[in-house]
Amino acid sequence: MAQKKRIVVKGGTVVNPGAVAPADVAIVDGLVVEVGQGLDGDDVLDATGCHVSSGFVDLHTHLREPGKEEAETIETGSRAAALGGYTAVVAMPNTDPAQDSVMVVEFVREQGRRAGLVDVHPAGCITVGRAGTALAPYASLAAAGVRIFTDDGNGVQDPLLMRRALEYARDLGVTLAQHCEVSRLTEGAVMHEGSCCSAMGVPGWPALAEELMLHRDIELVRLTGAPMHFLHLSTAGSVELVRRAKADGLPVTAEVTPHHLALDHELLAGWDPVFKVNPPLRTRGDIEALKQGVADGTIDAVATDHAPHAAHAKELPLDQAPPGMLGLETALGVLVTAVAPAPERLCELMSWNPARIAGIDDRHGRPVAPGEPANIAVWDTSEVWTVSRHALASRSTNTPYHGMELRGRNRHTIHDGRVVVRDRKALA
Amino acid sequence: MKHLITTAGLDAAEIGNLLDVADHMAEINSRPVPKVPALRGRTVASVFFEDSTRTRLSFETAAKRLSADTMTFSASTSSLNKGESLRDTIETLSAMGVDAFVVRHKSSGVPEAVTQWTDAVVINAGDGWHQHPTQALLDAFTVTRSFGDGNTMQGRHIAIVGDIKHSRVARSCMDVFVKLGARVTAVAPSTLLPAGGLPGGVAVAHGIDDVVGECDVLYMLRMQRERMDSALVPELGEYSARFGLDPARAARLPAHSLVMHPGPMNRGVEMLVDPSHLPGSRILAQVANGVSVRMAVLFSLLGGAAAGLERGDS
Ligand SMILES: [Zn+2]
Repeated sequence: MAQKKRIVVKGGTVVNPGAVAPADVAIVDGLVVEVGQGLDGDDVLDATGCHVSSGFVDLHTHLREPGKEEAETIETGSRAAALGGYTAVVAMPNTDPAQDSVMVVEFVREQGRRAGLVDVHPAGCITVGRAGTALAPYASLAAAGVRIFTDDGNGVQDPLLMRRALEYARDLGVTLAQHCEVSRLTEGAVMHEGSCCSAMGVPGWPALAEELMLHRDIELVRLTGAPMHFLHLSTAGSVELVRRAKADGLPVTAEVTPHHLALDHELLAGWDPVFKVNPPLRTRGDIEALKQGVADGTIDAVATDHAPHAAHAKELPLDQAPPGMLGLETALGVLVTAVAPAPERLCELMSWNPARIAGIDDRHGRPVAPGEPANIAVWDTSEVWTVSRHALASRSTNTPYHGMELRGRNRHTIHDGRVVVRDRKALA
Repeated sequence: MKHLITTAGLDAAEIGNLLDVADHMAEINSRPVPKVPALRGRTVASVFFEDSTRTRLSFETAAKRLSADTMTFSASTSSLNKGESLRDTIETLSAMGVDAFVVRHKSSGVPEAVTQWTDAVVINAGDGWHQHPTQALLDAFTVTRSFGDGNTMQGRHIAIVGDIKHSRVARSCMDVFVKLGARVTAVAPSTLLPAGGLPGGVAVAHGIDDVVGECDVLYMLRMQRERMDSALVPELGEYSARFGLDPARAARLPAHSLVMHPGPMNRGVEMLVDPSHLPGSRILAQVANGVSVRMAVLFSLLGGAAAGLERGDS
């Protein structure tokens, strides 16, 4: 048998908890084998000017398969993820059929394996069919490897059902993740409820709709002791609610998307549905509060809410177009451009914390150290590049950043010891 | 000005120019043969994804009096939802040779989207709750010409009464009236006001009795019965009691005051008095002025030759 190939990431700065230092990284057979100076190998990846860290983990990816393959497939979404520096994604369950059964969950995971670019971890549903009326079979799904459950796209409206869900999930050691939205307050909503939506004559999405459910769920966490993760928080009031819950010692975590850190509701004034998203783009004040939450640790993770939509869907009138925007290939650049976190904090937000929240920290979000699984991203926070919707790996083109200049880009990605992105190009 | 999508892009001078052209059109409309060759050979397409026979006829009459060819496309929005895209419709009609699209849609923002899909002029004939710019222009024309104020509304108090929140007419009117110098009051319960606030310069009152004794123009909006279903008002009777124009209130209007309504009226809801019995009613004048103002808009946007306005067509 031929000798195993030795991959060396050379000339970069390795980012580990409490240690950011120049080092080369050698990888053999899926594992990091050596971290040190002057390493050589059969396949050398140039990391000059880059940081080298555990691969990113996206807590919030819509891969659209099964059901909406014209917008994205698990393969095209995986490729977009790998290009963005991700080595694992949590696939949201609002597929068709929904990921509320072992069969669908296994299909999604298997399609991910077949694509072989990132680990695809399907999230389960909180309720059957995401319909909000009956609990999904968490125990069977947990036995099939599901660690996080959400009805994303829908908040669970019924407080009794939500209480039961948390009590039942607590026994199994899985985490429920809420899309916080009291739907009765957002019927027909198109964009943030504020001066802009009033002038445009479209129904608004009040901040209250998010904050009301978040408040309810924080109190349910206090009651049940079950851990809970809050998806894509978008308002200043939400940041404050989570800050207080954490100060009370409650087991809650929260994510924010890159777009809620960078884009505001006034972009909708041009009527382009590419800026329509749920929760909606908010005000500059909300953006500042979210950034503050990212800085002070109230927010645990940056998650993309990557939501591909076919071009024809985004050509509908603003009120009929589906909400959602692409995010996987631009997340790092948007985060660095908008917030510029220090490298360690960036890794907490993009890799270490999300791996823990997703319950996959046995293989992801690990230190870059000998014996650890080789899931690695190599990224450059100084590279300036211009986003083009025509140059993305996603099957859809609904990026809100088209034509925008970003600072920060992933250069190489190593998934399970295999180079899947080299010099910003993904394997075919 | 290439299109007319919203009044927001018009300043007071541009509005004044359009009103001046509308004076000319009104004169044409008073001739025995109210037709001129100004837009001969041009094609105006009314593309109405939401029914509005009145507005469509007003535009088509305006186009015909300027000798433009007209075509009409009506489609229920539901059929468009089932696959045929708005974009396909506009591109198909454009390929037939359209110079101006007059677009009505139940979704805010559609006329703006249409401008991306055609080189033709686009005129918004009402989109969702957003804008109805020609309505505001014809209302400004009606008010200023009734008072003989030239092109200004300086010193006039205009009360707009009713469902402001869901009204494209109110959004356009508030903008135009404020720009022309009027003092504007929005009269509605808070449930029927936009949640994000009103434009700068617009005051609020929560009952018609607060304004009826001192306004120069009482502008009544249509109150739709559906609004009760979504808990916006408890019942129509209570709405009428607080916001309806009844004979007692009509009697309190100053003698010179105008009563206006964009139509269609909801008799017995916001109109509890027969407007034909009100000396200040301008409701039919609004309809007549609508044709003149829409002629002015078509003529101005399509760059008709001034000479074409002089001679009647036989
Ligand atoms: Zn969501």
